[in-house]
Amino acid sequence: MVTQARRLPFPTLSGRLPQMVMPALAALMVSALVLWLLVNLIKTPAEFYRLFLIGLTNGAIYGLVALGYSLVYGILELINFAHGDVFMLGGMLVATMVSSFGLAGDSGLFLWSMILLMLVIVMAFCSAINVTIELVAYRRLRHAPRLAPLITAIGMSFLLQNIALVWKGARPTSVDSILPRGDVFTIAGVPYTWDKLIVILFTVPVLIVLMLLVQRTRQGKAMRATAQDRDASAMMGINVNRTISFTFFLAGSLAGAAGLLYALYITNVRYDEGFRLGLIAFTAAVVGGIGNLPGAVLGGLLIAMIESFNNGLSWATPGSDWTQSIIFAILIIILVFRPEGLLGEKTPEGG
Amino acid sequence: MQHWRHRASEALRLDAVRAQWNRLPRRVRTAALPTTVIVLAFVYPYYRAALPDIPLFGPFPTVDTAVTMTIFIMMAIGLNIVVGYAGLLDLGYVAFYAVGAYTAAWFASPHFGESVGAKHFGAVGVNPNAAGFHVSIWIVIFMAAFFTAFIGVLIGLPTLRLRGDYLAIVTLGFGEIMPQIARNGDNLFGTGFNLTNGAQGINPIDPPGFGETLHRWFGLPVDYLTISNGIDVFYWTALVLLLFTVFCSVRLRDSRLGRAWIAIREDETAAAAMGVPLMRTKTWAYAAGAFFGGMAGAYYASFKSGTFPDDFFFNISVFILCMVILGGMGNIWGVIVGGGFLAYLNQEGLGNIGAQINKTFGTDIDVPLYQFGIFGAILVLVMLFKPEGLIPSKRRKAEFEEGVHDEPLYDVRHAPE
Repeated sequence: MVTQARRLPFPTLSGRLPQMVMPALAALMVSALVLWLLVNLIKTPAEFYRLFLIGLTNGAIYGLVALGYSLVYGILELINFAHGDVFMLGGMLVATMVSSFGLAGDSGLFLWSMILLMLVIVMAFCSAINVTIELVAYRRLRHAPRLAPLITAIGMSFLLQNIALVWKGARPTSVDSILPRGDVFTIAGVPYTWDKLIVILFTVPVLIVLMLLVQRTRQGKAMRATAQDRDASAMMGINVNRTISFTFFLAGSLAGAAGLLYALYITNVRYDEGFRLGLIAFTAAVVGGIGNLPGAVLGGLLIAMIESFNNGLSWATPGSDWTQSIIFAILIIILVFRPEGLLGEKTPEGG
Repeated sequence: MQHWRHRASEALRLDAVRAQWNRLPRRVRTAALPTTVIVLAFVYPYYRAALPDIPLFGPFPTVDTAVTMTIFIMMAIGLNIVVGYAGLLDLGYVAFYAVGAYTAAWFASPHFGESVGAKHFGAVGVNPNAAGFHVSIWIVIFMAAFFTAFIGVLIGLPTLRLRGDYLAIVTLGFGEIMPQIARNGDNLFGTGFNLTNGAQGINPIDPPGFGETLHRWFGLPVDYLTISNGIDVFYWTALVLLLFTVFCSVRLRDSRLGRAWIAIREDETAAAAMGVPLMRTKTWAYAAGAFFGGMAGAYYASFKSGTFPDDFFFNISVFILCMVILGGMGNIWGVIVGGGFLAYLNQEGLGNIGAQINKTFGTDIDVPLYQFGIFGAILVLVMLFKPEGLIPSKRRKAEFEEGVHDEPLYDVRHAPE
């Protein structure tokens, strides 16, 4: 045993440490996190509650985007870097529609039917972009080394960003505020506003429909089969190319829905916003267990909570300067120590 | 008839020349082209003014641009070791560039002046009483290279056992964390310790130079900033560093380690079965790639006389990756051509082309604004239509045509003991 250990050139973090150390380390980190949250809750309860609501709302949007990464990764094992930019283009289309339909100041049934109409349009728009990207940039590379489509994905992401740059310029495009922002109810002096509730009210049905689609329909079955073994499902008569296109269609429409909610809730969109948010959403997908759909939503909520608490809490908080570093540190830690994510199953490939 | 005979005699003469050429020793023949290129590169500042404009691209790059091109080629060669030889996709190469640049900034600038006083070690061009670390830039460049290689090993140790796409994401994560540390490092963790001077960056960084003694003995310049053709000397120095990089890269490729990298790239499982230690070999690839990234970063910081956190964004990682892919992954000559061309486009070319387009069509498009869209398009087009790059290595080309096994050998969690 000793000689064997001496021959190994570098000590590594996982694998060679005693079996107990890793879980203990994880427990330590989680308990530190819980302690930090508890102290902050006791010190500033109202602030804590307000940040929790922000995190919940952002988490719904991150979850929607993360689902797109998870769906595509599940079926192609490809990190679709361009996904965040598809989401951003959706947001920009919404910005254009809101101003050209002249929705500012409208209310009532007309406003809601217009928002639903915009939802349909933007979902169709983003699905079309996503399916086109797959057709143009990924399909030819189905049998190439795994890194080849990853590189085209980065290229497509940059291309889409620059399309948005040509379209809307480098400054943030502001979206007219059309969601009602009155209070739904108030707890501990902190109001829960309608716009936040609407984001949740839109997200939940989309998620339910998606789950039913993947788990109950024939097309969903085809998707799961293709994800498991592409060659075998082709032999069983599944049209693999069509199934993959359908997956990109679904992911694109989720990105479109997220784009609508983001544009209406945050009320501005910038050309590089998609890339930044896409990386956060990808982290969420990895945290939840990539390929696992409920995991993506859970990851989205967790990451959004951490972001929101870190931006706003006061006791022992690194602050918003470090938010991005913290999110990427979480990504790295999860990938190194638990690549299957929180909800994912342990597989030989860890994904 | 007359015309035909003329052509035939021309051909005969060419044949004679070729026969003469083939009689030369093999060493001379293989060295001829590189030597010509090197000589032409070194005397470039002298004949640049005489060169005609290139259609569409405008005049040949200025010497100033040539320095930047040379430095970016060095970075591309460093990345080529990681991506091209060992087949590990690194999306955070800019982190190494940043570490190199900041190492130069720490040891050759007034930055730490308040805490350490005046500590000089062979620096030129600064007041001997100036506060801060002032180490000779030649030493700083190699300190930066070794320190960056060390950081590369640190990043590599926990992450290199991940498979390809996860590794890409982890490196991207490090590449995003690094500029944030640079940006917020003026008050690290609330301790008031100023590591990076935050968004203002660190400047001025000492210029290169050889000091009085070497100036007296060999006529080498005392200080690059005070001599009249300083920019030419910057360029020649960059070329010498580039030659060193190319030499190391070629020797590494042909060494036992380099062959192990290529074996891992082609088939990890087979390589491990043949006794190639995977982790050690991959970590060496990271260290070597980081070494040259740090070296280039340190020299670039000295050339620009400053380092700023905005220089280290993800876009730069993709920009350098684009150089490697356009030129041909794994082929050092391809990477040199790709790196030089893209760095030129970025510095001057796009502006010139944009001006041409706007003049011809009467438009008003800011072409350099869309530089990263153009690089993105290059990535997509090259990967789709010529994945082996413009000047492919034969081996890489075969891999893209036949496909490779890049299934992971082992579980990411349970590494073999």
